[in-house]
Amino acid sequence: MGFVPNTKDDQKAMLKKIGVEKFEDLLSDIPPELLFQGDLKLPQPMSEMEVMTHLRDLGNKNENCEDNICFLGGGAYDHFIPAAVKHIISRPEFYTAYTPYQPEVSQGTLQAIYEYQSMICELTGMDVANDSVYDGGSALAEAMLLACGYTRRKEILVSAAVNPNYVEIIKTYSVGRDIAVKVIDWVDGATDLNKLADSLSENTAAVIVQHPNFFGYLEDVDEISELTHKFGALFVTSNDPISLAILKPPSEYGTDIVTGEGQSLGNSLNFGGPYLGIFAATKALIRKIPGRIVGRTLDRQGKDGFVLTLQTREQHIRREKATSNICSNEALNALAATVYMALMGKNGLRKVADLCLQKSHYLAGKINELNGFEQKFKRPFFKEFVIASERPVQDVLEKAMEQKIFAGIHLAGFDALLKDSFLCTVTEKRTRKEMDKLIHILGELF
Amino acid sequence: MQVPSELLYTEEHEWLSIDGDVATVGISDYAQGELGDVVFVELPEVGATVKQFEPFGTIEAVKAVSDLFAPDSGEVVEVNSVLNDAPETVNKSPYEEGWMIRIKMSDPEEAKQLMDADAYKEKIS
Repeated sequence: MGFVPNTKDDQKAMLKKIGVEKFEDLLSDIPPELLFQGDLKLPQPMSEMEVMTHLRDLGNKNENCEDNICFLGGGAYDHFIPAAVKHIISRPEFYTAYTPYQPEVSQGTLQAIYEYQSMICELTGMDVANDSVYDGGSALAEAMLLACGYTRRKEILVSAAVNPNYVEIIKTYSVGRDIAVKVIDWVDGATDLNKLADSLSENTAAVIVQHPNFFGYLEDVDEISELTHKFGALFVTSNDPISLAILKPPSEYGTDIVTGEGQSLGNSLNFGGPYLGIFAATKALIRKIPGRIVGRTLDRQGKDGFVLTLQTREQHIRREKATSNICSNEALNALAATVYMALMGKNGLRKVADLCLQKSHYLAGKINELNGFEQKFKRPFFKEFVIASERPVQDVLEKAMEQKIFAGIHLAGFDALLKDSFLCTVTEKRTRKEMDKLIHILGELF
Repeated sequence: MQVPSELLYTEEHEWLSIDGDVATVGISDYAQGELGDVVFVELPEVGATVKQFEPFGTIEAVKAVSDLFAPDSGEVVEVNSVLNDAPETVNKSPYEEGWMIRIKMSDPEEAKQLMDADAYKEKIS
């Protein structure tokens, strides 16, 4: 159902019906001395034409990924978005739809979400997926809350190779909840298994790793999963959905809760948000998972239909016993992801992943051959890798910027051990020509 | 409205049936009617300890979740696994097939704090 705004006449009629002259009459309970008098200090209104010019000028102050070649990653990626995605999500029935609490008028929204959930289950191999949470970071935080509630334990072990922003979010969510978040060091580009084994105990509710991790490298998920379960803790992963097209599904290495950032699936970079939090789990946890779930059922006439289900998990019913207080999702972003996955299909998605893999390895190999640069870690990687530089990283990145290339993310801010390194990412969008241009620029530096 | 006379009842609508030192627990016909269709019952494991008047599990209907309160303290010796796959049994037969847990009572004197059938009938009228 599309959005239908009220006209001035509608508003007049509504006010009259409830017995008032104007809207301000409804504010009569507020003491007049508290009401702001006078004019707000705002500039004069502009015409549409003037606004467009003004915004364009503001926008032009930013560098963007249209005019620059983007090798940036670390949680947000420049993947290709087919035009059909924006076209479909722009339909007013989707674009302005609110939460589908009333199934009679929301079958379209509900079915789209159901398809999203189904695709996420297929991609991850898990039994159930919710209709999304805010982003990859808060999805991990929700997984933490679930694990603590389910196991009744209070300690979370999270790898230092997880996106540092996600680790911050987890820590924030743990405040005031009597949950201890312990960060396990990385070594050689992935979680330190010895340190993890030493830290695991009967108090551990969950072990959290990102796979591929923040640096782009594959973790020893089989070993970590086994270790985790030996202590009766839950194994939680944060997975790049594109990587799942060619990597083993998390269900196959015993993951209990799969989370991830869905921005790579048909969503723009959006200056850091809105993004898409993927959340999926095993059947055993179905009554504890946060967020909305759409189910498929029959109405009383025996016709197929979709509806929000298992709502007794949610805080508006379970109150303080709910594992989460989330009561929203990222419907439009989830829809974009769904349209993207439907368009690409299994083979298309696999091709995207394959291109990322091939191209990133081409670039990494070529950079490694240059004087003054080398691959920092020797582990297998997917679409991102870390390069150690003998020249100050800031200089390198600036030189590339002069030629309109975002060469990578300086890792000094994330980890003191990596102050001479940067994270470089290659998606399917990067052409041979673009990569060779970067290689040439880096080659000129030494 | 069924209120079997041989049972004891709590304020929170659980019933207790005593046989020696083992007591069986369920919810009353009134309670299942108020809840509506039961879709899920969460019960403790065998061996768990329950304390009188404290929650031992939850019962879920379509739009509500309620705690289940133990009428007596003790150790859980049996749990009705039928309710895992057929939670609606609680609606159909709250006093018989819909029983929930059996407790080995640690203090049978606690039963004195419960209502008899007449007192419960009054409460729900």
